[in-house]
Amino acid sequence: MTLLEQFQLWLGSIWPEWAAYITPAIIGVVVVLGFVLTTVIIFIYLERRLLGRFQIRTGPNRLGPEGIFQPIATALKVLLKEDIVPAKADKAVHWLAPVIVFAPILLIFAVVPFGKGAIFTDLNVGIVYVVAISSLSAVGIYMAGWASSNKYALIAALRAVAQMVSYELPVILSILGVVLMVGSLSMNQIVESQSIPFILLQPLGFVIFFLGTVAEMNRCPFDLLEADSEIVAGYHTEYSGMKFALFYLGEYGHAVAYSAIIATLFLGGWQGPLLPPIIWFLIKIVAVFCFIVWMRATLPRLRVDQLMAFAWKCLLPLAVINLFIIAAEVLWLPESMPWIMVVLNFAFAGVLILLWSKLFTLGGGRVEV
Amino acid sequence: MFDIVFWVLAAVTVGAALAVVLLRDVFRAALCLVLLFFTIAGVYITLHADFLAVVQVLVYVGAISILIIVGIMLTHEVWRGNPSGKLRIPAIVVGLLLLGTLVFSAVTTKWQTSDVPPQEPTTAAIGASLFGEGGFILPVEIAAVLLLAAVLGAIVLIREK
Repeated sequence: MTLLEQFQLWLGSIWPEWAAYITPAIIGVVVVLGFVLTTVIIFIYLERRLLGRFQIRTGPNRLGPEGIFQPIATALKVLLKEDIVPAKADKAVHWLAPVIVFAPILLIFAVVPFGKGAIFTDLNVGIVYVVAISSLSAVGIYMAGWASSNKYALIAALRAVAQMVSYELPVILSILGVVLMVGSLSMNQIVESQSIPFILLQPLGFVIFFLGTVAEMNRCPFDLLEADSEIVAGYHTEYSGMKFALFYLGEYGHAVAYSAIIATLFLGGWQGPLLPPIIWFLIKIVAVFCFIVWMRATLPRLRVDQLMAFAWKCLLPLAVINLFIIAAEVLWLPESMPWIMVVLNFAFAGVLILLWSKLFTLGGGRVEV
Repeated sequence: MFDIVFWVLAAVTVGAALAVVLLRDVFRAALCLVLLFFTIAGVYITLHADFLAVVQVLVYVGAISILIIVGIMLTHEVWRGNPSGKLRIPAIVVGLLLLGTLVFSAVTTKWQTSDVPPQEPTTAAIGASLFGEGGFILPVEIAAVLLLAAVLGAIVLIREK
């Protein structure tokens, strides 16, 4: 039983039923909102400083000690800007789009376990719920692209559709590998069954899931939706002020949410020695995020055809093969010796990735139309 | 509690469905269709069918609606709205007839209700009845082959050479 359910039961004994039903929900939303906003502010600071390091410069370091107040100043600046809506925009849809991009992030955190019992609701379809909810933000992105009545925004919306649909398949297939080993879809059980983190048991699945989620959260090197050298700022070209802030928040919120999901699925979630579970979980989230920033600083942006080819010709077949390997191992290998599986899967992952990097050259760098 | 939730969901569902039919702006109609899919998932949750609800969101909101909107984005001169055709009156007649039949059959049918409490983890039960012994494994596989044939057909149709 989760903490929130216990609280609801206790509340039900002193308050009428409807109040005991609604109060924990409101508390949950407020807690999630607070958590997401604080982590986003910290992550923005972290990313700017890290990018500075990666590019051999200092990054923002003026406001406060080591520049820790810079993200607050940035947020205030964005909020105080004038809100401009294009004259030919579809006003209602234009207004609604940032909300629909941001809302799914809060919903994802409903099933993220922060510790033993510290989960808002332990749905028995937890991980499928995460996948379903995160596909909602694509609706927000194409609403923004369409309603702006701007050609660059529309191109970004079309790219969003192509990218999100293609990368969802390998992501779901690599999740299936995890689900096969756990035997449950519940996020709590996924964490509890990881006596060995799944990154060791399924390295290939982890790589596929990681790349797929980075593509779904539109971060470099997959940030074609807002490739500023090609289509200005993509779907949020025509947004300013508070609405742009919501998109910005949504982008980093997605990074937080997916870092949490990656930590839960493959890094053992809140499990860890000595430190309390919540600290372990936060350490893992920050580690995953730092890795994503490292990728952004290192890799150049993919071209559209490379992006699609990477999803369909590389990630998808690898994900299918990974699923078959995991299924065969779950069926035939004895459960008492997981380290055999670790060695075997690392060998498989190495061979397959090498093989695919040889096969996957895409016309020797030529542009094929 | 579930009563209030059900009535709110039902009102939103019917409103969204009406908006899909009545709005002249095709893009907004498609968005209302997304809302409709979403509230129907909510209705499934009130019926304790959580797996069905999640799959509803995943398939309809995440995939089908995106395909519909891509279709709209690639349609020629779509911003002029829904063109009015000559078949407006026949369409209204057929629509009313269909609505009448559905309402009549829904009202007159004696719906069977069961006193058995709903199964809590539905996922395992669904999996067992789909793939288990004496389940629906043959229809599932036939559907899979049919979908594969459809995908191959689509690829053959759009190939240039």
